[in-house]
Amino acid sequence: MSSWRRSFESISLSFGAILAGLLLFGIFCAAVGQNPFAVYGSIWKSAFGSWQTFQNTLIRAAPLMLTALCTALPARLGLVIIGNEGALVVGGLAAISIGLAMGTALPPVLSQIAMAIAGMIAGGLWIMAAGALKHYRAVNETISSLLLNYVAIALLNHLVGGPMRDPSSLNKPSTFPLSEAVMLGQIPGTRVHWGLLYGIVACAIAYFLIQRTTFGFAARTAGGNIRAARIAGLPVGQLTLTVCFLAGSCAGLAGMVEVAAIQGSANESLNVGYGYGGILVAFAARHNPLAAIFISLLVGGILASGGILQRAHNLPDATVLMFEGIVFLAVLYSDSLYGKIPWFKEKPLVVSPPSPPSSPGQEPVVIS
Amino acid sequence: MSQRRFVRLSRRQILRGLLATSAFGIAKYGTGCASTPSTSASPEGSASSPAAGGGQTTLGFIYVGPKDDYGYNQAHAEGAAGMAKKFPWAKLVEEANVPETSAVAESMRSMIDIDGAVALFPTSFGYFDPHILKMAAEYPDVQFFHAGGLYQEGKTPKNIGSYFGYIDESQYIAGIVAALTSKSGKLGFVGAKPIPQVLRNINAFTLGARSVKPSITTQVVFTGNWAEPIKEAEATNSMADQGIDVVTCHVDSPKVVMETAEKRGIYSSGYHANQSALAPKGYLTGAEWDWTNIYSKVAEEVHAGKKLSDGGIPHILRGGLKDGFCKISPYGPAVGAEAKKAADAAQAKLKDGSLVIYKGELKDNKGAVIIPAGQSMKQEDPKLETMNYLVEGVLGSIGS
Repeated sequence: MSSWRRSFESISLSFGAILAGLLLFGIFCAAVGQNPFAVYGSIWKSAFGSWQTFQNTLIRAAPLMLTALCTALPARLGLVIIGNEGALVVGGLAAISIGLAMGTALPPVLSQIAMAIAGMIAGGLWIMAAGALKHYRAVNETISSLLLNYVAIALLNHLVGGPMRDPSSLNKPSTFPLSEAVMLGQIPGTRVHWGLLYGIVACAIAYFLIQRTTFGFAARTAGGNIRAARIAGLPVGQLTLTVCFLAGSCAGLAGMVEVAAIQGSANESLNVGYGYGGILVAFAARHNPLAAIFISLLVGGILASGGILQRAHNLPDATVLMFEGIVFLAVLYSDSLYGKIPWFKEKPLVVSPPSPPSSPGQEPVVIS
Repeated sequence: MSQRRFVRLSRRQILRGLLATSAFGIAKYGTGCASTPSTSASPEGSASSPAAGGGQTTLGFIYVGPKDDYGYNQAHAEGAAGMAKKFPWAKLVEEANVPETSAVAESMRSMIDIDGAVALFPTSFGYFDPHILKMAAEYPDVQFFHAGGLYQEGKTPKNIGSYFGYIDESQYIAGIVAALTSKSGKLGFVGAKPIPQVLRNINAFTLGARSVKPSITTQVVFTGNWAEPIKEAEATNSMADQGIDVVTCHVDSPKVVMETAEKRGIYSSGYHANQSALAPKGYLTGAEWDWTNIYSKVAEEVHAGKKLSDGGIPHILRGGLKDGFCKISPYGPAVGAEAKKAADAAQAKLKDGSLVIYKGELKDNKGAVIIPAGQSMKQEDPKLETMNYLVEGVLGSIGS
């Protein structure tokens, strides 16, 4: 039974970590001669301040939700997969291939569905390869999925620069463009594309799958102790392959969205780090798919504020990366505080407990 | 009970926190007061002033990489800064390291909506399709100037303009200098990708070199991407091993190539910006952009209220050495008098139009005739923008 204290612990630790990160970032800003409060104000204004600017955050958060799942799902099975970028790239490639092959013969909705499925299958198989190597040949899945990224990027560069190149794309080699009709549009009333909804739905499904189904329970058991799971008769290999496939298909879907909603063709802009961003999101969300939604929004907000830091405060362009890095370090560090703070502990009913001595190491996160 | 303990536990915390925050606040109070109003006021001020017709003109610049990369982005950023220094009415808003994704669309949008920019200069080629096209359709009153662009009459929105320079003219001069300085007769070129812009520079460099020493060759290595510092260093090193004694490049940041060449004791010829500081001994000259000149011209026209959409500003701005789009770096210490004389003579001829770089008979490096004898291709020829060959004298191939 997890009580409200436990939930309160994770919420307050996460938020405390973000606050601590903000504080550290403020010190950094002060060190380079900027008023930290003005910077905070600008960040807030440009990331969450108004509906206009919040849409910017949403646009940047959308691909991260999907790519985060590529790390978060296998993590529940005890696998550290970081092949998000590669799965995204092959997903995008598969989507554009199907999209171009189908042309405008079919109604746009069907083409879009076909592209999404193609992207998901390609991305899924890509990560499943890493899972299969792990299960059958005991190849370290972190290394193999990382290396698969480079394979995917090389494949992209080869296809886009050679066989699939549109000869009229002179100085930036790209594939032929999708026709306007089959592009994914915007969610009505906003400038945010449908990929955001895909991300939220995928995160919700993933949460349900992992937390509320026997499949998820089996996966978590195998993640907890693989030998025990084997003894209990769980099909560990099948679980590994399925979870890896699902994880990769999420990143592949992100690639499809990038192609069908934003670029309109596949080119090297597919590979701009959404995958690596997703790894950060997954770890910061402690591999909880629902938390990944909110962490994605946070990261999206940080990225969205990068512009104003440069334009209004004349901070260098790397500032936003500093900010992101500091916040993530704080969040990851806060992980080590779980269970260390007495107040959050489940207490048996005691009439007057001896007050715990509050030494600095045991205090809440505000100090990091 | 737990309530009470929570309070007790955090009291010290709160006190300490309050003290720290207030001390911080007091220490920063002065600047806080001064800077907050100015940041909040400036967007409104600049948003209204262009509409009023006078006062400041806000110009937005977007770069794909850092502003101090010794290369493409630095050249543009220096141009923007040089322009802003000239005109007190020009207010510059800049963003660096903006990828060619929806991020650039959002950057453009905030520059327009928040900062009130009336003209934008997104400087990377890949920003154009689809991002600039979309934004231009959405904001018909804002003018978009794209570097290296692809304005097509009737197809591209009317408020998009394209500007770029024939920097291969500078490369031609650099080729002459390189050929007359080289002792081995072998030159090297580190290119990013076999795309028309890069091929054109390689060819012009080689043609320049062969115009003074017909036996000279240029070895080409493509690294495959715009920023591959390790491969760039490897390529430069292997060129030095092969006896090549002048290298130049076309990558986003020539820094690595220049530094490696200097370390190996061979000559180098720069690109994009002036890299003489990186290779004080071996730097011969370089093909540099002169964006200050171009940005000043465009900014003045925008400030005067001219528009792309009604033809007040031409949609396509192109030019070479003569029009001040590009220049060559001052000659380095290793350049001899003969080389200087030949280079200056060629530069004068390019400027007065009596020298055409691409003229027949021109063969590619597989022996096929590209331009038959007696014919020539002027710089404006659109065929040159689709170049897909390496001229005779270049060692290397385009690949697929």
